[in-house]
Amino acid sequence: MTTRKKIAALAVMLILVTLPAMTSWAGETLNAVRAKGYVTVGVNGSLFGFGQPDAKGVWKGLDVDTGRAIAAAVFGDASKVKFIPLTAVQRFTALQSGEIDVLCRNATRTLSRDTAMGLNFVTVNYYDGQGFMVSKKLGVKSAKELDGATVCVLPGTTTEQNVADFFRTNGMKWKPVVIEQTAELAKAFFAGRCDVLTSDASQLAGTRAVSPNPSEYVILPEIISKEPLAPAVRHGDDQWRDIVDYAVLAMIDAEELGITSKNVDEMLKSKNPKVQRFLGVIKGNGKSLGLDEKFAYNIIKQVGNYGEVFERNVGVNTKLGLKRGLNALWTQGGLMYSPPFK
Amino acid sequence: MTAKETPSTTRTSFWHDPEKRAIIFQLLALAVVLLVGYYLFANTTANLKRQNIASGFGFLGKEASFEIGESMISYSAADTYGRALLVGVLNTLKVSFIGIILTVILGTLVGIARLSSNWLISKIAAIYIEVLQDIPVLLQLFFWYGIFYQFFPPPRQAIRVLRGVFISNRGLVFAVPAPDPIHAWMGAAFLAACLGSYLLRRWARRRQEKTGRYFPVFRVSLLLLVLLPLLTWLAGGAPTKMDVPVLRGFNFVGGRNISPEFTALLLGLVLYTSAFVAEVVRAGIQAVSHGQTEAAMSLGLRPGQILNLVILPQAMRVIIPPLTSQMLNLTKNSSLAVAIGYPDFVSVTNTTINQTGQAMEGIALIMAVYLIFSLTTSVFMNWYNKKAKLVER
Repeated sequence: MTTRKKIAALAVMLILVTLPAMTSWAGETLNAVRAKGYVTVGVNGSLFGFGQPDAKGVWKGLDVDTGRAIAAAVFGDASKVKFIPLTAVQRFTALQSGEIDVLCRNATRTLSRDTAMGLNFVTVNYYDGQGFMVSKKLGVKSAKELDGATVCVLPGTTTEQNVADFFRTNGMKWKPVVIEQTAELAKAFFAGRCDVLTSDASQLAGTRAVSPNPSEYVILPEIISKEPLAPAVRHGDDQWRDIVDYAVLAMIDAEELGITSKNVDEMLKSKNPKVQRFLGVIKGNGKSLGLDEKFAYNIIKQVGNYGEVFERNVGVNTKLGLKRGLNALWTQGGLMYSPPFK
Repeated sequence: MTAKETPSTTRTSFWHDPEKRAIIFQLLALAVVLLVGYYLFANTTANLKRQNIASGFGFLGKEASFEIGESMISYSAADTYGRALLVGVLNTLKVSFIGIILTVILGTLVGIARLSSNWLISKIAAIYIEVLQDIPVLLQLFFWYGIFYQFFPPPRQAIRVLRGVFISNRGLVFAVPAPDPIHAWMGAAFLAACLGSYLLRRWARRRQEKTGRYFPVFRVSLLLLVLLPLLTWLAGGAPTKMDVPVLRGFNFVGGRNISPEFTALLLGLVLYTSAFVAEVVRAGIQAVSHGQTEAAMSLGLRPGQILNLVILPQAMRVIIPPLTSQMLNLTKNSSLAVAIGYPDFVSVTNTTINQTGQAMEGIALIMAVYLIFSLTTSVFMNWYNKKAKLVER
């Protein structure tokens, strides 16, 4: 009997001791991603130009291409990626809980998200600001004339707080209509449930582009906030954070160096040491990140540089017709700036 | 057991004593539960710490800084998360409470209609039940909400139903009496009338049991409920000032507004759940043997009396338990509000979780609130069930 008790006590002890060991994470994100063979990227799912499948079911958008760039960096194959469409409300929980490896879903970097929410935002892939869209029929020329308006807004966004702040600051009354699905919200706005749709200006342009009657709606001139949209990862894995960060930066740096998806193979023969380091001809960068030396080459070859990705998804020749503006390179009056790849 | 009766003859060994063994098993089960609980707790706290995610309920006191579409209490973006959540709780309560009352009334009517001897009525009820039961409730919500904003005009072209009553895609607006101190007194008079009706009903039942004489309680109570507040209003000088909605800028100002979101949610939930309640009511009525009806008929009771005095009281015993679970279903389904923009508790909590990143606390709050709702409903219905039980004499 006593021996049995001892064994039982030992078993309990064993369980208690091993418990803390089981609480730690299954492994570094990079190892986990490599083991499963693809990167899981949280995207918008219904935002034209940023993250939406096209009529054939192929994912398209600036954020989607950022996800592909990460896959190209990790696997040398931009197609080894799985996109998970998430609503604004679901997105951070999905990242915190490990359901996705990285969030590329037009999310604004803020202090509380960077700290209390346990997230790390990397380099901004789109500088945006919040605006208002109204029907031309209302005859409104400025956001200051919106006293008493009903406003359609997505829940769980910085937008929701900005618009509350804006109306408070200007002493105006308003009523929110808060619907979680972007598509349902847009439907309610176009049917006239609200007078105003508010969101990041790029989103408004995207929503208007796919509306039944784009010419009937006007985006008001006021931009009421700063919205630096950036991919995000979880706290606690610096290596993975670096990989995601430099996948975005590689696209920006390539544009600055004049490397495009078309000329990248010729550029391998370039005599410029910056280009040689960037493309892995001079080795070192890949090893530091724990990636293949050709990671940047693969990104540019398969996805393109930032300028190409921008023009392809949201640029002036697309339905969105957005100008580079703040998203031009620093050398051309924008904010896109990459640290040296060395 | 035999060992216990003759303790002196043979000493049962520890492992062969069923009572002691039972205690051991209980302890083991408890240990397993505690271990699993500890594991989950430790795992969670470790992970939260590892990712530096804030925890605790401190956020409840912070400024919410988001607006809520409709609220039963005063609320602005400058209020705290705690108050925002309270607004959500009240909104959920509002739609559930009104929904449950309407569902029970509508469901009972349809259930009785389903058993009607009138072929047409019975078939219409059958179609109602089959159609509404089989369409997912989320689809029904989208349908009703869609009707609201697709078919009704914008506020500037609102349909004027009566003087001071307008329908537009912003919902129903109607004039209400302007605030007046007499309203509080009218409310008190109404409560007094309720109490009066209750006492009257008790007295009438006692008298009927003693003397057999019938007293028309229902009609007298109704009269009481209308007359008493009305008299109070007249005594208060009969104020007729109305708060009439007027179109100013984008929308109507003044009056009372019932939003399309609330109406669509209420309509969807009530129609869907009432189909189930109708089936419950039908089953309950059919559980009462036909001999009861025949016996009541031979006593000379009218069909309405047979239903009210003989069938329903007995059917209630069968109806109440499944009816309770339908009420709980309605309350829980009200969380689908998120889809059509009604700011219920889940919707507000979702936003809170997203702004603060504290999903654990938010989900815990959701679970606690729905548990309290469900338990309260159950306790009330169990009490009512006991009351309605067949008293055996």
